[in-house]
Amino acid sequence: MNAALLLARRELTGYLSSMMGWLILAILLLADGLLFNGFAMSGEKKSFDVLQAFFYFSSGTTIVASIFISMRVFAEERQQGTLVLLETAPIPEVVVVIGKFLGAWAFLLILLALSGYLPALVLVNGSVTAGHIFAGYVGLAMLGAACLGIGTLSSALAKNQILAAVMSGAILVALLLAWMLAKKIDGTFGDVVGFLDLFDKHYRTFSRGTIKLASVAYYAALTWGSLLMCTSVLTARRWRG
Amino acid sequence: MIEAHEVKKHYGDKTALDGVSFRIARGEVVGFLGLNGAGKTTMLKILCGLLLPTAGRVVVDGIDGVSDPLALRRRIGFLPDRPPLYGDMTVRQMLTYAGRLNGVEGKRIAGRVSDVLALADLDHVADDLVETLSHGYRQRVGIAQSIVHQPKLVVLDEPISGLDPAQIVAMRGLIRGLKEHHTVLLSSHILNEIALTADRILVLHSGRIVAEGDAATLTGGGHKQVEIVARGTVAALEKTTILADDDVSDATAVDVADGLMRLQARFAGDETCERVVKMMVERGFGIRRVTAMESDLEALFLRLTNGASSSLSSPSPPSPSAQSGRTAE
Repeated sequence: MNAALLLARRELTGYLSSMMGWLILAILLLADGLLFNGFAMSGEKKSFDVLQAFFYFSSGTTIVASIFISMRVFAEERQQGTLVLLETAPIPEVVVVIGKFLGAWAFLLILLALSGYLPALVLVNGSVTAGHIFAGYVGLAMLGAACLGIGTLSSALAKNQILAAVMSGAILVALLLAWMLAKKIDGTFGDVVGFLDLFDKHYRTFSRGTIKLASVAYYAALTWGSLLMCTSVLTARRWRG
Repeated sequence: MIEAHEVKKHYGDKTALDGVSFRIARGEVVGFLGLNGAGKTTMLKILCGLLLPTAGRVVVDGIDGVSDPLALRRRIGFLPDRPPLYGDMTVRQMLTYAGRLNGVEGKRIAGRVSDVLALADLDHVADDLVETLSHGYRQRVGIAQSIVHQPKLVVLDEPISGLDPAQIVAMRGLIRGLKEHHTVLLSSHILNEIALTADRILVLHSGRIVAEGDAATLTGGGHKQVEIVARGTVAALEKTTILADDDVSDATAVDVADGLMRLQARFAGDETCERVVKMMVERGFGIRRVTAMESDLEALFLRLTNGASSSLSSPSPPSPSAQSGRTAE
């Protein structure tokens, strides 16, 4: 566990000491503010709807942030030649993957926390509950974790960061559009495809202030599954070379 | 202390290692010598646990690398051809991080970092960012990170690559100094450098060890190409038995300006060279210059690698008479 925390701290420090990290923070916080002002606050809305719209738009910026944060997790280490440092350390691959994921997730949580002033404004000036905000942020954190998991897997598979971003973007778009495919498929298989939907099936309830255990389990399973596959990719590299 | 048993590695249809076996004793500095693509890096990566062999096994300090890879990695420090360093860390932070990754506990880490900073002569740049260091200093930091956890075996892949002459001398001293506490295995394709740094050399070619021994043992008795410039003529030389001598091969003689002739030939050994020169003096040739056309080690290396190439294309093993050190069969 110490090794995982060591890796997580290094990962987080890496983001905070790079121009890329600060650019991600600045651009996505700006986007959050603009979307909040331009769309969530537009027209005559109840404060509940404003908050729901905020969480709706924040899910988009969270997905985009996850792609950019995770693309460097392994691909950058490989490009810089520092991956060998982790591969020769007496640390199991799964610990390496968890450590790096935790670092990336911590950075995403900082980004989410910095956007907290927007729902706080709604809380102070409107009539929403703190529970709604809490549920929304749990949803964003879970959605972000799943996207980061997929991005971490892509980063281990891809030779460079751009390819990693494209790969994770493609997988996430496929999961976002799973509801469309589910409509075309009858029976149990259609239900399974529908359940895989990243946003519509699972996230909307969080944005309305409700935490569904099935959705929490879905995001946790997607995250854990991606990280396990990532571990297998790193292990297989020792055979393939 | 370190044993490799019939290690094989295939990348698809390509054979990178074809049954490599060797033993290295504690405290030895051993050099892997081979052309690019000979399999040096693959072998080093297998030793470090970065790669798993297709067949065979590697044992370091009694630990089998396949059955217990984590224990193996705990005993090894590795410097790849490109030092694995984070540019945004200071040298001290980098060494602390590498030490903690390799299991050095919090209480000991500061002391270990101080020790390796002193050993690698990095004290004066300890708080500089890695990205601001020269290539030579980065190599030093790379070596320091490979020994901060006090591994039994230190593996260095092309550690002098890209260094200037002054840095090479300093690096040689640093590597030789490591043998006090570690066994060292390094690879290089620079012949003379590996001869100066290593106690013993393993010559790797096309995935096989074709010879091993110290530089003196390996080069003793080899066929050396020598050039002799003497006052005299080719016609006079042809009247002697020199060109027909069994210990003289690949001989070419030409007349050059000012009554001089030049003989280039491969001699079986130093004794043959001495006999030929003596014979020429007795026949009235005025010896102006006797020059080795290639260093002993270069001659050996070229001969070994050619031999191995031909042996790979035919079922017969390489000639065991190529050198007096141990030769692969």
